[in-house]
Amino acid sequence: MPKFDRLTSRVVPLKVDDIDTDQIIPARYLKVTSKEGLGPALFTDWRAPGKPGAVLDSDEAKGCEVLLAGHNFGCGSSREHAPWALCGYGFRAVVASSFADIFKGNALKNGLLPVQVDPEVLERLHAARAADPSFSVTIDLETQELTAPSVAVRVSFPVDPFARTCLLEGVDELGYLLKHLPEIEAHERRP
Amino acid sequence: MKKTLFEKIWASHVVLQAPGAPAVLSIDLHLVHEVTSPQAFSGLRARGLKVRRPDRTVATMDHSTPTVKVSLPMLEPQARAQLEMLARNCEENGIRLHAYGSETTGIVHVVGPERGLTLPGSTIVCGDSHTSTHGAFGALAFGIGTSEVEHVLATQALLQHKPKTFAVNVEGARRAGVTAKDIILAVCGELGVGGGTGYVLEYRGSAIRALDMAGRMTVCNMSIEAGARAGMIAPDDTTYEFLARTPEAPKGAAWEAAVAKWRQLPTDEGATFDRSVTLDASRLAPMITFGTNPGQAIAIDQPVPGGAANEKALAYMDLEAGKPLLGRKVDVVFVGSWTNPRMEDLRATARVLEGRKVDPSVRMLVVPGSKQVQRDAEAEGLDRVFRAAGAEWREPGCSMCIAMNGDEVPAGKVAVSTSNRNFEGRQGKGSRTLLASPLTAAASAVTGVVTDPRTLLGA
Ligand code: SF4
Repeated sequence: MPKFDRLTSRVVPLKVDDIDTDQIIPARYLKVTSKEGLGPALFTDWRAPGKPGAVLDSDEAKGCEVLLAGHNFGCGSSREHAPWALCGYGFRAVVASSFADIFKGNALKNGLLPVQVDPEVLERLHAARAADPSFSVTIDLETQELTAPSVAVRVSFPVDPFARTCLLEGVDELGYLLKHLPEIEAHERRP
Repeated sequence: MKKTLFEKIWASHVVLQAPGAPAVLSIDLHLVHEVTSPQAFSGLRARGLKVRRPDRTVATMDHSTPTVKVSLPMLEPQARAQLEMLARNCEENGIRLHAYGSETTGIVHVVGPERGLTLPGSTIVCGDSHTSTHGAFGALAFGIGTSEVEHVLATQALLQHKPKTFAVNVEGARRAGVTAKDIILAVCGELGVGGGTGYVLEYRGSAIRALDMAGRMTVCNMSIEAGARAGMIAPDDTTYEFLARTPEAPKGAAWEAAVAKWRQLPTDEGATFDRSVTLDASRLAPMITFGTNPGQAIAIDQPVPGGAANEKALAYMDLEAGKPLLGRKVDVVFVGSWTNPRMEDLRATARVLEGRKVDPSVRMLVVPGSKQVQRDAEAEGLDRVFRAAGAEWREPGCSMCIAMNGDEVPAGKVAVSTSNRNFEGRQGKGSRTLLASPLTAAASAVTGVVTDPRTLLGA
């Protein structure tokens, strides 16, 4: 898993609440047998001109690593193809005012950081991006802070401490579980 | 200390809990299917690992399989590659597979309960969000991502933070024409799509006790649509009677011992939940969704609600706030998916269709949840009722629930569907989905417009 410590990037705005994983990556793309190559299909049905995802193909979006979303991002199915597609596009963090459970877990396991901020803060970030397409944010996992100096935003965000350690060190959960195999086996032998 | 059903199962499955880390949870049953497992098996191989407990792992093929009879070589290449890869992965690791085309195939969450693999008090996971279905048996069952599928394959355990508990009390007797599906749509409407996030729901109360197992599975299936990690219902005699008839549940003395243990599972009198809500089932009408998430549900005879929160959904659905949904033209009707794929659902559908015809402007698909259901329905003659009415009777599978297998709703068309998700494009690009019960779906098929089933049932 790639390490995550700190990133500074311009943002891609997608100000829609309750974005479900069927929008992030429609089911017809789930027939793949590898994790690679899903980036071009990210939000595919929303990327036509005039649709909310058209911004993903704009010049300003090139090289952006942060997606600025709405409320309850990633609800719906448990498909890990959703974070794979987001990572495949080049995103390393999603900023939203809340996340669906399974998506959050899946994202963290793929080095994609879900950054939860208050709705008012999210509103300000969206406004700043609307006013200036070159608006950028810094996300620091070590200090758990999101900063946007140009609009005087400095907020901390919650991260599960265990996932944080895994991300900072670039190690994954399976390694941890394998270390505890003896206890797992002993537990299974209990009556 | 007084404990809830969830807390009892959780406590008996925590292997260890280090400070600052999630709990290591022991998993009793791991269900695997073709779509969310290939990358997990590859990951395992890359680490030089094998599946640790093939005896606790069961695989089915369901998501990308077509619901018309097609032989494997004739399948669309990508779907075929997935199925062949699953077969190879199962073979290499000694995992039992209910393969495509076999006599025991079906949607993974129909097969588990039907075979008696889903047992009270157990932990069950699957790379599919609707794993919550198994909670109907008093199991702790939840969906996991592909990385976690790999974790469970490798260790038969999972890292989990303890969720909070949420009591959903549904009291009172249902009125005629109101089904389990209507109860859960009402719950989704009450909680909203994110309302259950971080919780395990326990459905309680007289209206839940009165449901048969099919109805309980329908309710638990859609827990995830309210954002919940899992949904569960305490086991009781209804549960045991169902399990006693399954081929693989314990038998003889082992059965007696198991039932005695299961009777300890229900939530203790006086145990507390982190949150609770109460619904009056006697006031419920048949429910239907109008928007693009399952929380956007209303009683079928109510006008479409407006407000900023619904604006985008109404534009997609081409609906107007304040107008009735009743009478809206319907193009496709789908009865199936694992929300409503069982005999009880098919009988309800047949009850409406018997002696009637599907409106010529409507395409109606009836898709059984498993091979077993298909055989039972045909033995009872239900297939003849469907065909005589002009509906298509198909092979088991996910079908139009996910539209990745050839069954699709065309763009711009309106479907009344018994599945569990009405997201934009879920049933095909540009498709518009109204979620409802099998009764409502069948009634709408007959008239060609959204119809309150009570008008046809004389209720
Ligand atoms: S029936 Fe629908 S929800 Fe269930 S597995 Fe199939 S696609 Fe998923």
